[in-house]
Parts: sequence; C-alpha cells; structure tokens
Amino acid sequence: MSACEPKTDKKLRYALFLGCNIPVRATNYELSARKVAEALGIEFVDIPDFSCCGYPLADEDRNETLLMSARNLALAEKAGCDICALCSACTGALTEAAHYLHEDEAARARVNDRLAALGLKYSGKTRVVHFARVLAQEVGAEAIRAKIVKSLNGIRVAPHYGCHYLKPSGLYGFDNVEDPKTLDQLIALTGAEPVDYHGKLRCCGGGILAVDEGVALSVTRGKLESVKKAQADAIGLVCPFCGIMYDTNQKKVESRFDREFGVPVLFLSQLLGLAMGFGADELGMKVNRVKPKEILAKVGA
Amino acid sequence: MTAEKSSDAQAADDEPEFNVADLDLGFAEEVAAKPGGEYIRRCYSCGMCVAGCPVAEVEPRYSPRRLIRMILLGLRAEVLQSDFLWLCCNCYTCMERCPQAIRIPDIIRAAKNIAAAEGRLPANLKTVSASVTKIGRLYEIEEFDNKKRVKAGLPELQTKLEDVERLMRK
Ligand code: SF4
Ligand code: SF4
Repeated sequence: MSACEPKTDKKLRYALFLGCNIPVRATNYELSARKVAEALGIEFVDIPDFSCCGYPLADEDRNETLLMSARNLALAEKAGCDICALCSACTGALTEAAHYLHEDEAARARVNDRLAALGLKYSGKTRVVHFARVLAQEVGAEAIRAKIVKSLNGIRVAPHYGCHYLKPSGLYGFDNVEDPKTLDQLIALTGAEPVDYHGKLRCCGGGILAVDEGVALSVTRGKLESVKKAQADAIGLVCPFCGIMYDTNQKKVESRFDREFGVPVLFLSQLLGLAMGFGADELGMKVNRVKPKEILAKVGA
Repeated sequence: MTAEKSSDAQAADDEPEFNVADLDLGFAEEVAAKPGGEYIRRCYSCGMCVAGCPVAEVEPRYSPRRLIRMILLGLRAEVLQSDFLWLCCNCYTCMERCPQAIRIPDIIRAAKNIAAAEGRLPANLKTVSASVTKIGRLYEIEEFDNKKRVKAGLPELQTKLEDVERLMRK
C-alpha cells in the first residue's frame, strides 16, 4: 500500500515538503509545525528524496524550475500523497508546476521525457497546499480551538502574509490578496491580538537578497519600522524566507540603518504551539534569533 | 501641485532615454513569446505597477513601468545589461493590480532568462544555481546536520541527491 492511502476516513495526510531553508536554517518552523500538525490529527509523510522545489532556478531558466518541481511532484505521486509545504516560495513553485503540467499535455510529455532517466513519471495528479491553508480550510477554526489550552491574551502580533502564500491569486484562488484574513484569524485563535499596521501586504525583500543585499534589506526595514510603530509584540509569519529576512537578518538591518527594533518573529505554528501548551524547546524557540523572552514569560512556556 | 500632477511628473521622469539607432524592434516579440509575456503590448503606462512595487519604493533605479517601456521600445542591450533587471523580487503586487492584466513579473523574468542565456546571470545567482542543480539543494545536508536533526527529534534527510544532478545536467 502506498504511504498516503487513507487508512481511516477523513484523515488529513500529506507528504511534508521542507525545501532548502527549513531543514537547516528554520528547524524552529519544522519542529513547531510537526507538533501542531500531530496535535490536530494531520499526518505528515516524509519523503527523504525531496529536493529543492526549483524556485531558485527561475531567474536563470524557468524550464529548469519546472523540471525540478516536476521531480518532486512525481515523487509525491508515486507515494500516493498530496504535498503540504511549509515554505510559501515552495508552495508557489510547486503549485505553478502542478497547474501547468495538469493543463498542458505537451509540457507534461517533455518533462516526462527527462524524468524517465530517473525511472519517474508524472501523470499530473499531485495537489499542493500551504500548511497555513490546510489549517485555515481543512482543519478549521473549531478543531483548532478545541486544542487551545492557554490563551496568548494580551500579546499583540503583526501578521505578515508575505507574497507566495496568496499570490498570484489566479493560481491559488484563496483568501483576498488585497485584504487577507486567514492569518489574522489563525493568530486570533490563540487569544493573541492581530495588529493592523502600515504596509501589511509588503514583501520581505528576500527574493533579491542574493542579488543586492542593500536593496533587499531596505525592503525588509520598511516593515520592521511600521511593526515597531504599531507597537506589536511580535511578527507572525508562515514562510522561512520571510523569517530569515525579519529574524535572522534583523540585526543586520539594525546596524545598516542605525536603528533598534528588537521585534521577535514567530512562525504561526510556534504561536499555535504555545497556545496548545507545548514548551519553548519543543517549538524550537532557541533557534529564533530575536529572543521572544517577554512572550514566553507571559505565557509561562 | 495636485497629487495627480505630481504622479504625472514622476511618470515623465520614468521615461527611458534612448537613441533610435540602438533599438532592436524584435525584442518585444522575443519577450512576448515567453510564457507570461504575451500581453506586454497592452501596457498603457499608467504606473499602477510602480505605485505598489516594494523595490521601486526604496530604490529609484528600479521601475517595472520603465522596464516594460524599455522592452516595448526595443532597448534590448540596455535591459539585458542592466543591473536593475535583477531587482524584481517577484512579489506579484504589480500583477495583481495592473488594470491591463499584464503578467509583469513573468515579463521581467523572461528578460532575465534571455539575459542568463547570454551569459549575464549575476555571479551570486550562478552560485545558487550551481548548488541547486548539483546537490539538489541550496545548502548541503551533511552528516553533522542530520545528527543535529535527530537530536532535535527530526527525521534524517538524504545527504546526496545524485539523481537531481543527472536530471538537471544539460
Ligand atoms: S500597471 Fe500594467 S498597464 Fe499600467 S504601467 Fe504597469 S504594466 Fe503598464
Ligand atoms: S513583482 Fe517585481 S516589479 Fe512587480 S511589484 Fe513586485 S518587485 Fe515590483
């Protein structure tokens, strides 16, 4: 039996797609997502042969991105699984490839020609979905609320949607790109207060970090300024690359622009995990660069 | 000055300067032939794309509207040799808001792909691409990383993805 054939009715079971950043640079996201998923009855199947999604190749040659995505889609198909991705850029690249290869038979044939050398074949069946979308749409508020044991009441969290979780809207058809709500709603389930702030829809700048660090960090800075101004206690987000820009690189932004932010950056799954009663270590809080000390003290985690 | 006037003035600043002798009239077609490039001729220079662009906000060298104009005018060499071409972070903000439903980031990416095919991929992106096609990941996962993962309660991952190199070899 293949790994993802449902054993029981209504069981949510996905091949977990980690991508490049999470397994080495954002293990806090992985740890917390696995914990939260397990508590909510989502089963993650690990496919150790998954590679990069292919997105980093797009500036050089979009066809290479497609090919690399297709290999991952084929591996998932072979295991009988749909894919749940934690990274928004992976979700975007894989969704785009899945869509394109589903629609365009000639493109699928071309890709399969190349995949044949690896003994793989993709027939166009794999569905790709972001972890936060699984929580919002498939698990749902009621089931999440049932697992909340601690309120994050009094903590103000600035939701950062990032780009590829929602856009392009034509590809996803989910939430509202100009006035999104799902992340606000998921954060609110923890008892924390989702905070509105200027430039909420802005990109983190991560896409050009390798090209021009100065410009990339200027983009990052804008949001740190407005989140600080809105007096949020933390940024809450759903993509490891956004995490790298706001958390890992926050010190760099501070020294480059001679500013002080000290804004903790938590993954949605870390916020949910705290409210579900998991401890700081279980949620990988040690990996967070800007230590969320006050939040952890308030919650007693 | 009204807000409208000032944005007009900004749009005029945004107009590329060019020498008629340097124009490559086939360039727009070349870009339009790439996936997502097909609607480029619909652009009427309204500037909506610039207004929401997070890069244009912090970097005056960059403007998606100007890039589109340059491609339509046939400023092939200027576009392909520019450094600002690589500054689009593919956030899709402009594409969501363009009244002409032009797939701006796809167009910019098409130009990047053409530049890359001519050997103009920026050095850092070359490194990224070499790593991804050779080891299958941006960062190598070594035994050491796997040990750390296991200690943290995470499953081990494949350290070598040899078939990726076979697949991506051109
Ligand atoms: S928003 Fe669309 S129509 Fe307006 S200038 Fe930009 S690409 Fe052209
Ligand atoms: S996709 Fe590129 S051009 Fe468009 S708004 Fe984003 S950074 Fe600017």
